[in-house]
Amino acid sequence: MAVRRIELMLCTGTGCVAGGAFRISEALEKEIQKQGLEKEISVIITGCNGFCGHGPLMLVQPDGIFYGFLTPEDIPFLVQEHFLKGRPVKKLMFSPPEKKEPVPLLSEIPFFKKQLLIVLRNRGIIDPEKIDEYIARDGFTALEKVLTSMTPDDVINEITRSGLRGRGGAGFPTGTKWKICRAEQKMPKYIICNCDEGDPGAFMDRSVFESDPLSAMEGMIIGGYAIGASHGYIYARSEYPLAIKRMNLSISSAKDYGLMGKNILGTDFSFDLEIRQGSGAFVCGEETSLILSIEGRGPEPIQRPPFPAQSGIWGCPTVINNVETWATIPVIINRGADWFSKIGTETSKGTKIFSLVGKINNAGLIEVPMGITLKEIVYDIGGGIPDNKKFKAVQTGGPSGGCIPYSMIDIPIDFESLIEAGSMMGSGGMIVMDEDTCMVDVAKFFIQFTNDESCGKCTTCRDGSEALHKVLTDITNGDGKEVDLEFLEEVGNAIKDASACGLGTTLPNPVLSTLKYFRDEYEAHIKERRCPALVCKNLIKYYILPEKCTGCKLCLKNCPPGAIKGELKHIHIIDQSKCTKCGTCLDVCPPKVSAIIKVSGKEMENITGIEEPYPVKRKGGKNET
Amino acid sequence: MYQVGNLVKELSDKHGRMRESLMPILQEIVQKHNYLTDEAMVEVARELDISAAEVYGTASFYTFLDTQVKGKYVIRVCKTITCSMKGKSDIIQTLEDMLKIKIGETTTDKQFSLIETNCIGWCHKAPAILINEMPYTELTPEKVSTIIKDYMQK
Repeated sequence: MAVRRIELMLCTGTGCVAGGAFRISEALEKEIQKQGLEKEISVIITGCNGFCGHGPLMLVQPDGIFYGFLTPEDIPFLVQEHFLKGRPVKKLMFSPPEKKEPVPLLSEIPFFKKQLLIVLRNRGIIDPEKIDEYIARDGFTALEKVLTSMTPDDVINEITRSGLRGRGGAGFPTGTKWKICRAEQKMPKYIICNCDEGDPGAFMDRSVFESDPLSAMEGMIIGGYAIGASHGYIYARSEYPLAIKRMNLSISSAKDYGLMGKNILGTDFSFDLEIRQGSGAFVCGEETSLILSIEGRGPEPIQRPPFPAQSGIWGCPTVINNVETWATIPVIINRGADWFSKIGTETSKGTKIFSLVGKINNAGLIEVPMGITLKEIVYDIGGGIPDNKKFKAVQTGGPSGGCIPYSMIDIPIDFESLIEAGSMMGSGGMIVMDEDTCMVDVAKFFIQFTNDESCGKCTTCRDGSEALHKVLTDITNGDGKEVDLEFLEEVGNAIKDASACGLGTTLPNPVLSTLKYFRDEYEAHIKERRCPALVCKNLIKYYILPEKCTGCKLCLKNCPPGAIKGELKHIHIIDQSKCTKCGTCLDVCPPKVSAIIKVSGKEMENITGIEEPYPVKRKGGKNET
Repeated sequence: MYQVGNLVKELSDKHGRMRESLMPILQEIVQKHNYLTDEAMVEVARELDISAAEVYGTASFYTFLDTQVKGKYVIRVCKTITCSMKGKSDIIQTLEDMLKIKIGETTTDKQFSLIETNCIGWCHKAPAILINEMPYTELTPEKVSTIIKDYMQK
């Protein structure tokens, strides 16, 4: 490949493509040719860069200058100014919201500066379908090191010393798990990669397999060598077709290169991988259930011990780890346990991937060192809450986790602090919620989810989740009673105590944590029939302010059930008996007018009846009422 | 309704006739025909020498192994909280209006089925849907209506 003066790394992740990345690439090629720069500049298509909120985007190398929000119209000017005359274009650089001066370098932008990419080290840099590109980025050097210079015990010691803990949610020390499995006498042994990522709001497993599939596979082969297994399974969700396609491609190219299969790298060690697909059952992400699913049996979790490391698939010792854990292994082997254990906190080492989603400016996957505060994640990396709304809470740990309120925004993120806060790490979903989110409604969503996904084996989980859901529905419908809160706590704790698997023992967390931090919201629903976030439909009404309505008919034309009465230049009225509370009127009312409001609780009674539309009369800029 | 013919036999030859072969066989039938008929399940039970109740028990445990008739294009709308926060209900409304069916139903011409599904992992680009295996993200009512019109002409 010819060396060029400038390389333009143009992101073609899904987000940037939707924003027109390929039109940018055409415009670049055209302008580069026009200026006769084709021997000096090349455009390189990469995978997702992660800063999706600013796409289409590109990175200029070797300078490291970042340009975002590109349009084809910007390109001729950009090429002439920067690449011909050497004057980087400020208006296309990243500008922090409050500051006037842009930040030219990608490495200085807070979104990237606070991140540390270990698992996502190849994101946006390699073509995931080409094994050579993985190899060029030190791929398989860890495997080579392990097979040629380390004993299985050395490998386990290294992983134990690194302090790595399982990234699937529970945080069990990986080295210990491997050691238990290695000590078992029964043969054969198995390796499993848990890619049944079901937590609402989490998608790191999909992303790792889509952007760098071989890293997790290399980890699995190393794990196989360490425990003495020669066969492994990847259990993947069927919701992730592209990830599965890339797994298959990677397995066959690794086999072609002698990096998987018989006598890997000419040694005595052999290891094969097989992909098994889930079929849309959340509980299959629980390890015992996942194993039963591979065996083709009914996937109802079974009690542990014995743990899979002692008796797993077909009753054989099995190490089952999450995708992120597997993808971390090669880096620990290459760079050493000492290096890895310097990152993070006392009890939680290394980095963790989070999917930062919901009401946040820079939504996407991030990888940060353990111990970073929630505040740094939400404000520095996430860029804060859109539309200047107030940050209310962040939900972590999926349906097993809880909500962390604004008052705790300074807590460091590690396994222990999150549990202390009544939530958990989980697989790393982080759903950011603003003032417009009703916490009772959030709790109801998660309980509905676990109620649907409970396998039905334990009474407490099956019927308990049903009972919680019913009470939460009553509360959001405005039929809550004061004893309900006690009931939620009592039933929640009973489910925790008496369910067999991780799904049951953690399912009350969303309710218990919101009850702990947002009890006032529950009480407002029950005592005042008021939803403070104005979300619960039974507890809100839409109302047109007569003093503001200009009679433009916009809401009337757009109201789906036809619940608005009025005519041109007449004050409009909502017929509450027909209103379905879809909120369309609020969305279409021009911001300059803002005549439509949402009210809840006592305010609903104050809506006095104007029965018929009447003409708009303006006096001193206001309507007469 | 479709005829299974030799499909079950072929798949059993490919995946084996052990208990662990059950899921891959059922998955491949669904991949081809979008749902499982009673006939197909009985045929699988016969090939694997297990009871039809066990096959049905497994199939009904998993949401992707449908035992109800499904259309040629199965539209799965992500029902997760992040998609709800970003306007999932408008997307469902648009789909229901265009296809003239409700969630859980199939059009009479057996072209489209509309169902809700658990998180499909596109939370940063919510709201999202899957049509068969293809994800569509950052949807608006306008975008979804263009997409469905394209499928209607296929």
